[in-house]
Amino acid sequence: MIPSSFTYKRAGSAEEACDLAAEYGEDAKFLAGGHSLLPLMKLRLAAPEVIIDLGGLRDLSYVTDRGSHVAIGALTRHHDVEHSALLAREVPLLAHAAGQVGDPQIRHRGTIGGSIAHADPASDLPAVLLALDATLVARGTDGSREIGIGEFFQGLFETVLEPGELLTEIRVPKPAAAGWSFQKFNQRAIDWAIVGVAVQGGQVALVNMGGTPLRATAVEAALAAGASPADAAAHAAEGTSAASDIRASREYREHLARVLVSRALTEAGSRA
Amino acid sequence: MKVDLTVNGKNITADVEDRMLLVHFLRDVADLTATNVGCDTTSCGACTVLLDGESVKSCTVLAAQASGHEVTTVEGLASNGIMHPVQRAFHEQHGLQCGFCTPGMVMAIVSLLKENPHPTEEQVRTGLEGNLCRCTGYHNIVRAALAASETQAAQTQAAQTQGASS
Repeated sequence: MIPSSFTYKRAGSAEEACDLAAEYGEDAKFLAGGHSLLPLMKLRLAAPEVIIDLGGLRDLSYVTDRGSHVAIGALTRHHDVEHSALLAREVPLLAHAAGQVGDPQIRHRGTIGGSIAHADPASDLPAVLLALDATLVARGTDGSREIGIGEFFQGLFETVLEPGELLTEIRVPKPAAAGWSFQKFNQRAIDWAIVGVAVQGGQVALVNMGGTPLRATAVEAALAAGASPADAAAHAAEGTSAASDIRASREYREHLARVLVSRALTEAGSRA
Repeated sequence: MKVDLTVNGKNITADVEDRMLLVHFLRDVADLTATNVGCDTTSCGACTVLLDGESVKSCTVLAAQASGHEVTTVEGLASNGIMHPVQRAFHEQHGLQCGFCTPGMVMAIVSLLKENPHPTEEQVRTGLEGNLCRCTGYHNIVRAALAASETQAAQTQAAQTQGASS
């Protein structure tokens, strides 16, 4: 399978990437690791006329301690997030979950920023960062802005990023509550999660239970009111809108959400 | 567009379509046909090569993205006619049946052992999550990876001993 024709541009800096995006407008797409976008282009589900390759922006690949939070460059690969000693110590949920994305080859290419900006509700890291209350930094032609991850995802593959706006950094607050867990249910290692659950303290987020990653607010409220993990997990499917597809029916996904939230809360409790 | 890659230590410059995938560049431009196109959907790992020393699926990388970088295919592993320890281990452990997945498996294992020279059997199995064998011949592939890890460890030790005595 071969993508439809496009013009390839390689950006040498974030500024140049934004300038190129402004020049080509809605015909252009940023390409980070390419492990979400290129498969869609090969299937001709996406056919951008211009590709702006961000692969050369090495200065956007970093994991840095900023005191109250850890800052991660948007071009940091899953492999580097997985093996970051700083994240293993301060935000082990994120380091662990990054190691569950796809397979080693995919983690050698795919980036955290690409995964977030692509906004696939079946991807692992959007939900993980939602459970962690991350803040995103985006750069446009008129400067940078911060976006709370709770406002970032608008729908299936849709975010608040304006055309030409570039996600540059992910800021993850160091969690106050230690217990964490990431549960992912899939058929083959390389598949997307049928359902996934990320827990950090009393914050619970769901993978693939709607058009965007979701916070399991009913579970969080039950936990705050003192419910046991099993009782809180019974609320896991409330407020969700899981799809039925070839891998699972909506009812089965709802069942999985309850089971996986229960397992996640129990595991998080054992680590607290 | 003009791309400039180092493939198995050899510089290759070519004028290709912007949309050309790395695997097609390797097979059709560099004439290195050991790297197979399997599923063509980033799943099976038959097209695995090393990009700057790390395993990637070359069906999901543009030749343009690899321009200016180093690619190693299975053809580039042997030196002076002597097989790489991973290739040797596949031969000795009968790590292949039909052979279609083999180039990708070998490259994935070379990358795995670079990151983790002494993997456990479980680490080999999870490290090969991105490679499918359509013959389901996984047991001998895992054995080959473990055997190669031992050979490489022995070679490293021998080299160190030699270095210390000279």
